[in-house]
Amino acid sequence: MAEVRLPKRIMNSGGWCQGCGHGVVVRLIAEVLDELGVADKAIAVEDVACGSMSMSGVLKCDAIMAAHGRPIPVANGAKGARPDSIVYAHLGDGSAYSIGCAELVHTALRGDNMTVIVVNNTVYGMTGGQMAPTTLPGEKTASSPKGKDADRYGVLNVVDLISDLNCTYLARGEIYDVASTAKTKAMIKKAFQNQIDNKGFSLVEVLAPCPTNLHMTPVQCKEFVHTEATKYFTLGEFVDK
Amino acid sequence: MAEKVLMKGNEALAEAALRAGSRFYSGYPITPQTEILEYLSTRMAEVGGFFVQAESELCGINMVFGAAAAGARAFTTSSGPGYSLKQEGISYLAANDLPAVIIDVMRIGSGLGDIFMGQGDYWQLTRGGGHGDYRTIVLAPNSVQENVEMVQKAFDLAEQYLHPVIIASDAGIGQMMEPVELPDFKEHDVNKFDWAVRGCKENENPRYCQNIYYNMWDEEYPLVKEYGDYPTYLTKKYATIEENEQRWESYQVEDAEVVLVAYGSSSRVAKDTVDTARAQGFKLGLIRPITLWPFPKKAFAEAKAAKAFCTVEVNILGQMGDDVRLATEGKFPVGFAGNFFAVPDPDDIIATAKALLK
Repeated sequence: MAEVRLPKRIMNSGGWCQGCGHGVVVRLIAEVLDELGVADKAIAVEDVACGSMSMSGVLKCDAIMAAHGRPIPVANGAKGARPDSIVYAHLGDGSAYSIGCAELVHTALRGDNMTVIVVNNTVYGMTGGQMAPTTLPGEKTASSPKGKDADRYGVLNVVDLISDLNCTYLARGEIYDVASTAKTKAMIKKAFQNQIDNKGFSLVEVLAPCPTNLHMTPVQCKEFVHTEATKYFTLGEFVDK
Repeated sequence: MAEKVLMKGNEALAEAALRAGSRFYSGYPITPQTEILEYLSTRMAEVGGFFVQAESELCGINMVFGAAAAGARAFTTSSGPGYSLKQEGISYLAANDLPAVIIDVMRIGSGLGDIFMGQGDYWQLTRGGGHGDYRTIVLAPNSVQENVEMVQKAFDLAEQYLHPVIIASDAGIGQMMEPVELPDFKEHDVNKFDWAVRGCKENENPRYCQNIYYNMWDEEYPLVKEYGDYPTYLTKKYATIEENEQRWESYQVEDAEVVLVAYGSSSRVAKDTVDTARAQGFKLGLIRPITLWPFPKKAFAEAKAAKAFCTVEVNILGQMGDDVRLATEGKFPVGFAGNFFAVPDPDDIIATAKALLK
């Protein structure tokens, strides 16, 4: 059996559900911090939801667990207190685009020098699979059992929301296979490099599966994200200054 | 060298926070505290600190949460309606044992109320206000000079107990100008506490600032190891604060027939009222709570001749009355000489106090 080598900043596997995208994203962040040589001064800010499981003995980084929806201002505060540190917010789509929408918009408007990584799995994870602003039209969730009525609720795309504000970098990737995961990692790397270079606000959205709440197998959910979610959330770099 | 200047209460408070070593402020405009935000919008840069006008009070308090977790002496300010919005962050600060200072320059009323001088937030300030098992230390200045002294004290207490501390100012104190002696500048080191997040080396354990309720069953968790369990720690923490931090000023209390209880702006009128009443032969006294929580229960032992107590407050329901009844174990009538949109009139206070003796 091949040797399993953990990245330097990963202590153990996490408690995420089978097929969840969060663990992959946390690993990519940990690798990037190490490769950029900034892990020693990195501060992670996690939403209280699924992402914060990285603080259960997984991520070897100083970290703050922020209230739901508030990782961006909390990260901003930590950065303000320690301008030389490398601070990032890691949160879900419900956190960033619904309850924390005002904070996201205004941080992007100010162009604050920080890195934001949003895991978009089209659904609220920790609370048990309710409809999010990113839930696709017709997608069935615990609070839209007949499928999302998009005429009433719409679908929020972060690119529409903040690309005309003061973003330095805005990109969306997926973690479908090795090639797309490597691409996403490069995006995350650029988002951190910008902060190191004091260039301003960078956000990377990562499309990720949530098989538990979408009631699919990990493979089915991966395919769903890759083929369905990308129809509404196109991949690429939308702002790169 | 300390310097004596004539300054507005809100601005003196802002300057004093900088002199206490604070280099982090995030706030949002709301009358009657906005001068603090305006003052710091230029002054903070002069001392090399971080200032931001946040998009909301929610953002303001959550930025303070992040800064406090990173070891800064951080503060934010608001008034009634905005202070309500800060409750989420204050609850999180308390649950994470983080020091921070929050200033409520009180106005009048629930809902929008109005921007006038008031003491509308006593209940919210002293009962916790947000969700869960917590309370905060609440200091109530009644002069511009006390504004300055208490903001320094607030940061010290916040660090001593690792807890958010509130300053209950009001529009009267915030808007008036008085001569004030400003203290010298103190330095604060963001690395003063080892728990503050800053980045960990590869061979170190990471510092996690996180929800204590996830760790309260872990016997190896430092706080649990020291106290046995989290409820014991929390109970002891509040009992210690309650025992050690009661502060008050007594004025002519020992022989008083009726003791007024008042804080902040209304305590200034209450003190004058004591003099006026005594000149008329009516023995009034005054207990001025300087800490609203812990409420200065110990002060009431001095009121040996008292037959009744009477709070003097600028609100409608006499919010502090409950605490006076508790402190006097329900043994005495507790009246309320209140007013809103204005500080109570001394003649009305005397009439209300006299009526309690009938």
